[in-house]
Amino acid sequence: MSKATQAIVDLLADEFSDIEFAPAPLVECKNKEREQLCVRVPPDRLLEVMRFLHDDERCCFGQLSDLTCVDYLDFPNARDRFGVTYTLVSITLGHRLWVKCFVNDPDPEVPSVTCVWKGADWPEREVYDLFGIRFTGHPDLRRIMTWEGFEAHPLRKDYPLHGRGEREDFKVVTREDA
Amino acid sequence: MGLGIAGASFQASKEDFLTTRLDYVVDVIRKHGVNWTRKNSLWPFPFATACCGIELMATGASRYDIARFGAEAMRFTPRQCDLVICAGRVAIKMLPVLQRLYLQMAEPKWVISMGACASTGGVFDTYAVVQGIDQFLPVDVYVPGCPPRPETLLEGVMAIQRIVENDGVRSSEERGRGMRLAVQPTVRVGLGEREESKS
Repeated sequence: MSKATQAIVDLLADEFSDIEFAPAPLVECKNKEREQLCVRVPPDRLLEVMRFLHDDERCCFGQLSDLTCVDYLDFPNARDRFGVTYTLVSITLGHRLWVKCFVNDPDPEVPSVTCVWKGADWPEREVYDLFGIRFTGHPDLRRIMTWEGFEAHPLRKDYPLHGRGEREDFKVVTREDA
Repeated sequence: MGLGIAGASFQASKEDFLTTRLDYVVDVIRKHGVNWTRKNSLWPFPFATACCGIELMATGASRYDIARFGAEAMRFTPRQCDLVICAGRVAIKMLPVLQRLYLQMAEPKWVISMGACASTGGVFDTYAVVQGIDQFLPVDVYVPGCPPRPETLLEGVMAIQRIVENDGVRSSEERGRGMRLAVQPTVRVGLGEREESKS
């Protein structure tokens, strides 16, 4: 286990003693020094923890490298359905941390982190578009990949691969029209 | 075609010769109308959305040189074009764009569906990819391949030329929903020939 990341997890446990972070390695490695850690944060405490990670000089996570989501439908031993995943990088201190925030149907809601990292704007719109997770406090939560009026959230596991007729739903243009 | 040379005297002076050539040109234009010029001056619209576009660029570049077939003037506005080369997969978000630019082109116009994805959706059998543009658009020539080699695309352009030459400019009602021809490459270039010639 990487010492720097372990120090940050300890710091988090000190600061927020009421949260069960459950740190676990992303991938098990033979070389424990190389392992990267992932912590769980409940959605109602997310903003607080993210602010701390961004502002504290021992964490100093200045960059939100990635913001994505995983659908754990039918996943073995999964307790929750959606895991919104934040990849944090500290350029100044050179360490990384993954934060997962689990939410469930029917109304998955996560606070937006655009007030902490401005770059979260478009990734959050993407997650909203493809998974249907609402980011409360987002300045402009619109679809970004599909168009306005598209109803489904295509990266959910229960969405059929061939869609629900979207790819057949077009006017036929013939030579008579032209 | 009547060349108008048979009756010409062999002792023709320079002036006579010129007249004969003019006869020839007038004859060709009269017989083949505007089609002969039109087929050698196709203006393609490069609707390149994926890797087929790279082969389309190769077809336009010096080695294969689509200019040999008079189709080198690619324009990026449909109003100046008469041949859509749809190269690559068409997403559901892109199909309305393709349809609109087809409607914006002036008659006469033709469509080449280049490659497996444009013709059938290819391997992208998902909600986001249209499974063949010919469901929603009149296609004249299909060019198979994944992606097609430039020779195959040139054969497709030559197929369009044959359509233009034989059918010419006809009204929309006469032409119906496209010719729906599929082309096969006629010229194959391989290493085998070179090795044979060495031995």
